[in-house]
Amino acid sequence: MSAQTDIQNQDAKQHAEVTRAERTRDARTYVPDVDIVEQGDGLLLVADMPGVRADHVDIQYEQGMLTIQGRVPARQTDIGPDQYLLREYGVGDFYRSFRVGEGVDIDKIKAELKNGVMTLHLPKAEALKPRKISVKTT
Amino acid sequence: MFLRRLDPMVPFGQLRSEISRLLDVFDPFTDGGTPMRTGRFPALNVWEDGQSVYAEAELPGVSHDDLHVSVVGNELTIKGSRRPMESKGVSYHRQERQAGEFTRVLTLPVDVDADNVQASLKDGVLQIKMPKSHAARPKKIDVKVG
Repeated sequence: MSAQTDIQNQDAKQHAEVTRAERTRDARTYVPDVDIVEQGDGLLLVADMPGVRADHVDIQYEQGMLTIQGRVPARQTDIGPDQYLLREYGVGDFYRSFRVGEGVDIDKIKAELKNGVMTLHLPKAEALKPRKISVKTT
Repeated sequence: MFLRRLDPMVPFGQLRSEISRLLDVFDPFTDGGTPMRTGRFPALNVWEDGQSVYAEAELPGVSHDDLHVSVVGNELTIKGSRRPMESKGVSYHRQERQAGEFTRVLTLPVDVDADNVQASLKDGVLQIKMPKSHAARPKKIDVKVG
């Protein structure tokens, strides 16, 4: 049993629409860019979700799967296609799901949202923190 | 980058290459790099109505102090930097978010009134409203019956 958390990206496509589970809202969904960093006491996940505010974020951690969703209030909805001079991105919700393993201490998960960036701290459960084991010589 | 309106009178063949040009712009990953490396960070949407030209950019994690927006004549410049994450003694499982300096320069198809440009940054979204200069606004011309 590995003490390291194992990250696999469930949705590998960078810019495809997510069709895995039916959403009740009819809105486009995008995959946010993330940085995932392992620190001594756990994982740090940072996700770009421009347009999302703290009360529009939903985070689920269940059976080793971490799912982050950000709901984006609609923008640019009343603009006709012939009005655009340049259109490099679409506006929509964010969704991404990761397999992070069972070692996360659920009660200590912390999330912050600032300037459209969500930072998620996923502390390791106590039992899995690296411990120095001293070896006695005989 | 020079922006121009699509001409509705253009023949079909030319329209098809216009469409594929727009699609290439929409998908920066075909250039083989992240948006920041290909010079397309932040991603921009630009549109107009009779009175103004509007630009919107997604720049998550860029603070107000690290962003400069300027307008000269018909040229809009968005410039700034995004700070990297602190990374002392950490190992990355995944690194997709780019950090560093960025600049985007757009040449608009009309002159705008630089003194009255409004810009705001909220939740990582920059919104810019540029009123068209007086000469660039559509004017109703009476046609006399003679």
